[in-house]
Amino acid sequence: METVIEIKHLEKSFDQLAVLTDINLKLERGENLAILGKSGTGKSVLTKCIVRLVQADKGEILVLGNDILKMDDEQLNETRKKVGYLFQGGALYDSMTVRQNLEFQIRRTQMEKKKKELRELVEESLENVGLADAINKMPAELSGGMKKRIGLARTLILKPQIILYDEPTTGLDPVTSGEISELILQVQEKYNTSSIIITHDMKCAKMTANQLKIMKDGKFYAEGTFSQLSESDDQEVKAYFS
Amino acid sequence: MEALKENIVGSLNRFFTEVGNILLFTGQVIRQFFSAPFEFKELIRQGYYIGNKTLPLIAITGFIMGLVLTLQSRPVMVDFGAESLLPGMIAISIIREIGPVITALLCAGKISSGIGAELGAMKVTEQLDAMEVSGAKPLNYVVATRVMATTILVPILVFFADAIGLFGSFAALNMREDISLRLFFSQAFDSLSFADVIPATIKTVFFGFFIGLIGSYKGYTADRGTESVGLSANSAVVTASLVIFIIDLIAVQISELIYGF
Ligand SMILES: Nc1ncnc2c1ncn2[C@@H]1O[C@H](COP(=O)(O)OP(=O)(O)OP(=O)(O)O)[C@@H](O)[C@H]1O
Ligand SMILES: [Mg+2]
Repeated sequence: METVIEIKHLEKSFDQLAVLTDINLKLERGENLAILGKSGTGKSVLTKCIVRLVQADKGEILVLGNDILKMDDEQLNETRKKVGYLFQGGALYDSMTVRQNLEFQIRRTQMEKKKKELRELVEESLENVGLADAINKMPAELSGGMKKRIGLARTLILKPQIILYDEPTTGLDPVTSGEISELILQVQEKYNTSSIIITHDMKCAKMTANQLKIMKDGKFYAEGTFSQLSESDDQEVKAYFS
Repeated sequence: MEALKENIVGSLNRFFTEVGNILLFTGQVIRQFFSAPFEFKELIRQGYYIGNKTLPLIAITGFIMGLVLTLQSRPVMVDFGAESLLPGMIAISIIREIGPVITALLCAGKISSGIGAELGAMKVTEQLDAMEVSGAKPLNYVVATRVMATTILVPILVFFADAIGLFGSFAALNMREDISLRLFFSQAFDSLSFADVIPATIKTVFFGFFIGLIGSYKGYTADRGTESVGLSANSAVVTASLVIFIIDLIAVQISELIYGF
């Protein structure tokens, strides 16, 4: 098996606030890792460290074999192209239509693509998330769930090798949540991607993840498969499964 | 007493940190001007948007500015029997000082705050982060285009305001006496020299640059949380206005050194 992300002794604090104290993890190709944890424990900060949106203080973050903390801008950009990131709030560009949002994502990496190919790629990505008819809408006209699905389409359009999902199903109705979990699973199977999925949604974790980790006080408190953790005697762990 | 001292030291500290940060940001943005890709389409879009948003406001203000200035100065000039100097005097004050500064302040209120709020919102909703991870440099795509647009457009808007201001002045004179448009403009331009126009124009380029830059800086460095959007818009206006006056002061000193007035 090939390790695509390896994190060793990662630390990050903001001023006085120590958010991540000692994070260690390994993600293999084709594997989905779900990270659980209370609100404010630093799950989003962790994923942002992986793409260097947040500069880690200490430790090593190997993405596809190279330490992200030691890269120059060029290498960083190359690596970022292979890593998709779904933001917690979707992070759609307000001033652009849905179509432009998706095109913006690909135009730097696939300049050579013809207009027609681009259009087809965009339409196909939107169909994948079931929102083909929203193509000419502005983000302000979309509901929260739709924004998230468009955000997902925008992340997937580049066919990244690694995808970081920050709460892909939070705030969605159970049906849509199920569909998104299904989609995450499909993407993994189809393209053999590796993902880190941050979630509070146990159904999503159960469906998608090969491996679960529970975060507490800046470290991983417990880890294992869904069935291992669900049989745990630890009160803290049990709380997630009740 | 101790608390006061701490307060002052703290404020000074914050002030100089801010100035340093703005300078660093300025350097980064200028570097983006010369680095690929050049976002021509976005530049045009921003330019169109800025012009569209400010033109009516600047037209009305410019007209009133010329009108009021003339109505107020005329009695004094008449007392001295120097009516024929009035158009020249008005032209000089409008073109050298009032036109650029008033237009720049209006733009600070309208454009800087707009950019501050827009970028602040983009920052808070992680749009800037999203651009960054997709390999597009927000400093290039979002900031450099806006700063370039204001740098190009503010001088044009000032020129426009000057022209309308002179028409306002002509209108005011026409209420009181009979003067032909031709005579008015020949009297106005006779007293103007390059020494009036060139420094004033160069000054407006700097006004434009900093109007875009301060708005972008405030938005780009917005804190997390929605209330910071309003905050960045607000402090963009205040800081940009302040910077405009500082540039104006420096410009006066420099043109005095060069031209001797
Ligand atoms: N840029 C920042 N500057 C200062 N503090 C930050 C910053 N980003 C995050 N924090 C702090 O780090 C902590 C962890 O934040 P984070 O967003 O990672 O939480 P989370 O685990 O993703 O929570 P949630 O489930 O609510 O999304 C919080 O206390 C937050 O205030
Ligand atoms: Mg989060």
